[in-house]
Amino acid sequence: MVSNAVMSEQEAEFETTAYHPVESELGSVIDIENFSFWYSEKQALFDNTMKIQKELVTALIGPSGCGKSTLLRALNRMNDLIDGIRSEGKIAIEGTDIHDPRVEVIELRKRLGMVFQKPNPFPMSIFENVVYPLRVDGIRDRNLLEETCERSLRDAALWDEVSDRLQDNALGLSGGQQQRLCIARAIASEPEIILMDEPCSALDPIATARIEDLIAQLKENFSIVIVTHNMQQAARVSDNTAFMFLGRLIEYGETKKIFMNPMNVRTSDYITGRFG
Amino acid sequence: MALTSGRAHTSSEFESELQELRRVLLELGAKVEAMMAKSIESLTRRDSEIAQTVIESDLEVNQLEVDVNELCLQIVALRQPTSVDLRFITTGMKIASDLERVGDLAVNVCERALELNEEPPLKPYIELPRMASASSQMLRESLDSFIKEDVVLARKVMASDDEVDDMNEELFRELLTYMLDNPRNISRATRLTFISKYFERIADHATNIAEAVLFMVEGRNPRRELM
Repeated sequence: MVSNAVMSEQEAEFETTAYHPVESELGSVIDIENFSFWYSEKQALFDNTMKIQKELVTALIGPSGCGKSTLLRALNRMNDLIDGIRSEGKIAIEGTDIHDPRVEVIELRKRLGMVFQKPNPFPMSIFENVVYPLRVDGIRDRNLLEETCERSLRDAALWDEVSDRLQDNALGLSGGQQQRLCIARAIASEPEIILMDEPCSALDPIATARIEDLIAQLKENFSIVIVTHNMQQAARVSDNTAFMFLGRLIEYGETKKIFMNPMNVRTSDYITGRFG
Repeated sequence: MALTSGRAHTSSEFESELQELRRVLLELGAKVEAMMAKSIESLTRRDSEIAQTVIESDLEVNQLEVDVNELCLQIVALRQPTSVDLRFITTGMKIASDLERVGDLAVNVCERALELNEEPPLKPYIELPRMASASSQMLRESLDSFIKEDVVLARKVMASDDEVDDMNEELFRELLTYMLDNPRNISRATRLTFISKYFERIADHATNIAEAVLFMVEGRNPRRELM
């Protein structure tokens, strides 16, 4: 049983976010300021403030319904597709307010590539999957398309496995390969940021290890934000970890500190499995 | 900050493994404390029988240390502990190895006591029991600080180490005068010097335990502050 005294102490801690991320030498890439979000009447995010560091990996963790996916989707305005949503506060990508009326959503999303839980290649060739974002932009230059395809597949650590069958249907690839193909497609348009929503939850441990290895390579050129239910994965791949609970950012800090010595009791309870 | 909110793990098996680790550690601590108390008794009362029981009980202590380490490795491998659990488990492993060493030192005291009991006493034991009692108090308090997660007590233990070091130094000088006085004293005085050193080492292990407790509770190594 939890005594009342402990509860009230927790409630007190709940009010302030423990904030100790490692800072990138390049500064922050996404500045979230007092951001709140509603699905119709239901408030999903409460006054979140955090700076996501450039060319580092940031993991968002927390129990189901804590708002981590909502926050991730707010970053490239994916939530705009849902009726009745409303937000307050500010999200800026490299200084540009993403809700500024002058910002084109399509252009914004080019800056933030997204990888989803289940690999979702299009039913077309491997080549066409990767260059799809360029096709959408009306690019027809064969050389440019081929260069982009090879570079993206190499960056996604898939080139060696598919270089001799680029015209094969992408749906013939294994799950892990399909996910790396989706990463290749996400980076083909040269975004600054890659958003990953549970990218390994449908993959086996070996395919997962490949993706995790890839994340470590990708952060040399991209800033990565990853939502994961797998805490060990967050611990393995990220530089900073943000723990969210009931729509609030509880603790945002250096990953190794979060997992060895978190500042907030709620964070500690969650990562040690004393929850719910 | 409290180590946890007081909640149990969602996984009851994990929870019971941690409880089991705690139980084995406490059993190990209690055994080693008892060994130490008996080793002093065997020395001051010149009781070779007690010394013999201490020497025999070392096997149990070794077994418990192995148990602690196996349990810790099992939890690390199967549960991937984090935060307070991770620190509790790594601290548990360190404490177990310190306690095992204290057990060995208690055995060493008894071995020397057995040898000393063969000859008439060199001098009345005054300093040595004082030192023994100071170091066993440090050991007891270090274990209490572990059980109660009490950093104030742990810091007190760390501060006491110098006193025991000083006593060891003093006793050494005194025994040296006995040796200079009469070469026939040398073998007994040397054995007493060893025993004094054993107690000084036990105090060092108690200090290690106290430092481990500080790390477990506060999450940072107190030795860092000295670097």
